[in-house]
Amino acid sequence: MRDDWQAGGFGIYVHWPFCQSKCPYCDFNSHVAAAVDQRAWARAFVSELRRYARETPQRIVNSIFFGGGTPSLMDPALIETLIACIAEHWPLARDVEITLEANPTSIELGKFKDFRAAGVNRVSVGIQALNDNDLRRLGRLHSTAEALHAIEIARAVFLRSSFDLIYARQDQSLSAWEAELSQALALDLDHLSVYQLTIEPDTAFGRLHQAHRLPGLPSDDLAADMYQLTQDLCKSANLPAYEVSNHARPWAQARHNLLYWRSGDYIGIGPGAHGRLTVDDTRYSIDTDLSPDIWLEKATRGNAEHSRVPLDTADRVTEFVMMGLRLSEGLDLLRLKQMGGALIEEKVANLVDLGLVTRSESHLTVSAHGRMVLNSITRELLVD
Amino acid sequence: MTDLAHIRNFSIVAHIDHGKSTLADRLIQSTGTVAARDMEAQLLDTMDIERERGITIKANTVRIEYEARDGQQYVLNLIDTPGHVDFAYEVSRSMRAVEGSLLVVDSTQGVEAQTLANVYQALDADHEIVPVLNKIDLPASEPDRVAEQIEDVIGIDASDAIHVSAKTGVGIPEVLEAIVARLPAPSGERDAPLKAMLVDSWYDAYLGVVVLVRVIDGVLKKGDRIRMMNTNAVYPVDRIGVFRPQMDPVTELGPGEIGFLTASIKRVADTAVGDTITHEKHGCAEALPGFAPSQPVVFCGLFPVDSAEFEDLRDAIAKLSLNDASFSTEMETSAALGFGFRCGFLGLLHLEVIRDRLEREYGIDLITTAPSVIYQIHMRNGQVIEMHNPADMPDLTHVDHIEEPRIKATILVPDEFLGDVLRLCQDRRGLQIDLTYAGSRAMVVYDLPLNEVVFDFYDRLKSVTKGYASFDYQMAGYRADSLVKMQILVNDEPVDALSTMVHRDRAEVRGRAMVEKLKRLIPQHMFKIPIQAAIGGRIIARETLSALRKDVTAKCYGGDATRKRKLLDKQKKGKKKMRQFGKVEIPQSAFISALKMDD
Repeated sequence: MRDDWQAGGFGIYVHWPFCQSKCPYCDFNSHVAAAVDQRAWARAFVSELRRYARETPQRIVNSIFFGGGTPSLMDPALIETLIACIAEHWPLARDVEITLEANPTSIELGKFKDFRAAGVNRVSVGIQALNDNDLRRLGRLHSTAEALHAIEIARAVFLRSSFDLIYARQDQSLSAWEAELSQALALDLDHLSVYQLTIEPDTAFGRLHQAHRLPGLPSDDLAADMYQLTQDLCKSANLPAYEVSNHARPWAQARHNLLYWRSGDYIGIGPGAHGRLTVDDTRYSIDTDLSPDIWLEKATRGNAEHSRVPLDTADRVTEFVMMGLRLSEGLDLLRLKQMGGALIEEKVANLVDLGLVTRSESHLTVSAHGRMVLNSITRELLVD
Repeated sequence: MTDLAHIRNFSIVAHIDHGKSTLADRLIQSTGTVAARDMEAQLLDTMDIERERGITIKANTVRIEYEARDGQQYVLNLIDTPGHVDFAYEVSRSMRAVEGSLLVVDSTQGVEAQTLANVYQALDADHEIVPVLNKIDLPASEPDRVAEQIEDVIGIDASDAIHVSAKTGVGIPEVLEAIVARLPAPSGERDAPLKAMLVDSWYDAYLGVVVLVRVIDGVLKKGDRIRMMNTNAVYPVDRIGVFRPQMDPVTELGPGEIGFLTASIKRVADTAVGDTITHEKHGCAEALPGFAPSQPVVFCGLFPVDSAEFEDLRDAIAKLSLNDASFSTEMETSAALGFGFRCGFLGLLHLEVIRDRLEREYGIDLITTAPSVIYQIHMRNGQVIEMHNPADMPDLTHVDHIEEPRIKATILVPDEFLGDVLRLCQDRRGLQIDLTYAGSRAMVVYDLPLNEVVFDFYDRLKSVTKGYASFDYQMAGYRADSLVKMQILVNDEPVDALSTMVHRDRAEVRGRAMVEKLKRLIPQHMFKIPIQAAIGGRIIARETLSALRKDVTAKCYGGDATRKRKLLDKQKKGKKKMRQFGKVEIPQSAFISALKMDD
């Protein structure tokens, strides 16, 4: 047995591509389907898991993540089958983290105990806002009251839970965000993901925005103020940022997501799921078909991969730096060196002078101030 | 060979968009010169850029066979000329090769500045002129008013102007008849020694240099040994022919005829436009008067965005020069931009055309530096230096005074925009010479510094007059003025490619406009960037580009890695469009945009 991959870890992502309704800001691969044959999906998922197990025997699974779509719409029995299948084929870490994304509607809340019984030990609940009007504008099906109730239930059922909020919404003022975030922080949460609303091209918001019919979005300056405020409030609530948009008590950081940011290995199961897998010293980027029908058919026939591309050193270095700089712990320079990468010292020195990064023997860390312009820092370091 | 009485040589004079090329197409088509299936719009404009911009850059020629109503067969030679002021020299020399002109005026628009400039050239060349009022099919057409205007403004009789719609074909037979009836036949002596005018020349990949000739006296045959009287070079003639409009070989060209010859001439530069061609033996005694060679008036630096492409740029420029002797080049080194070329052009359009061709036909991304005119630097020791590039400005302590080139600009504009035009000319240090009216249009004549016009004057003029003004100019000598070199400093580093010469009184306004503009053109960086304008060591304007506050992607998980990595790879390519100055990246587009004044 060996602990994969080097310091990156090894995890499994399962994508459930269905939602009750599509949120206007969401560009994830989600579909609204009238009826889903969960048994057929179970067979396909299991088939894919077995295929990967043959390729990666004896790797310790650090984390499993059920994402979507809305995986809380899955039958708990299906979740149980998949966890059991994983446990059958791979050794699970003693402290394996098994996360399920959920929406705070009453139907899903009713299933929380069954999910726990199935083996899930962490939920990530899409609260998004504590304001009924904004929840409606974000296309959410729940109310503020339901959101608060969901937080309560989640914390009662699961040892670990996380909640998502979205800010920089239409017509949102800095003080309104301050009040809302403070209300959330007063609940003494262990993990909070706070995302700036991003208008993505192929979404309902994207199309409205293009047609200039999405008024009231904050200016860049206001959005920057909101980001700064978020950092300050979370920090004083003892919930520091460990990643650009993620805040947690030190023990409560999401291990599965850390695996992405630390460039670990992960298997992606389900329509549109991506994977990174190191086999015989070659790291592959794997993707799958986006269409649920096509994926299901291909998985059932034995292999749902759409492409499997070996990453060269340059690609690996780019991903390692791009993902690693997002973390407060910084970029592991030793691993960078091991994979054959190097940073241009002059550029690093400039960034240090500007107070945007700090550098130690082992790590390059983006400062709180630098994190605001992380994309520019990444470009500076990676683009010659 | 055709006898002189059955030849008519003519050109078409018109303002841009008044339908010159369409009329030419129609004449070619209606006489069956080109089969209907081979017709395409702007038949004579062979360059992509000509078709795209709807302009004619090079003179083109076509020989049209026409059976007139008198039952006789005529040869009509049309030389289609450029309408734009930058190519005025092409017009003037083409005019010398023909005896008459069709003056085409859009009957919905009336006389414009280029109509005037070109018609005066035709009158200079003693042309017989047939006025043609085009676009009479349009509801806004006012042929009577426009005819009156032609008489008022140009002073030629327009009572028998031909009403035409080149678009629908109405009036085309009348135009052909008028060419025969109203334009004079050429004169010449078949038995005299050969005397032919070198009208134009260009490089053809298969044939080498092709020379457009107009025979005055004598006969030119294939195999003849010819002498260029100016350069004294002797060549054996390989081919002679005419244009229909494709090249068609003939056995000889006699007096009055227009055609081409090839003679193993390697470079266009070996042919002097306006030169007289005669036979090596028994040549003619006296050469034709010839033309003054065209002189570049606008200079700018062209640098490859990717410095590795310098050799490609050198090759591309060499190839373009083969065909365009009017643009001059010399190598230049810039501290900021590396190796490139200082190029001289006939005007802004010429500059843009050459730049477009380098980018498009040769695939080279270019940085174009601020266009400059030629300043005459009068030194204290009496020496006069011609300065093409503000970066070459000598030490001021040795400079006595600086002179700059001036132009005489003619602008025609509807009444309602006159105030805006006067203000624009005034802003550009213009001196009014004349202001007259022709109907509801004003004609203003200004003495302007070329420096103020060279960049975006025409764009500004079009913009303040909603496109209703027309403009033409002639060079008008040099005059001393209080000129200074303004430098731009970005993050405390001087950017030589942005240095310009400005009038001392305008320096502050220009400096302020430029730094404000640059503040918008340079993307925010992770640090704040001072942008300053300076004269000598003195800062005259300053702006600060604030540091970028926020540039971070909210979500980046496993599924995003591939897309984000590819985005970074794409940005690596985008970065080639930027130039590094110290720690600051300046987009290449900024070098030109910074100089445009939107006020």
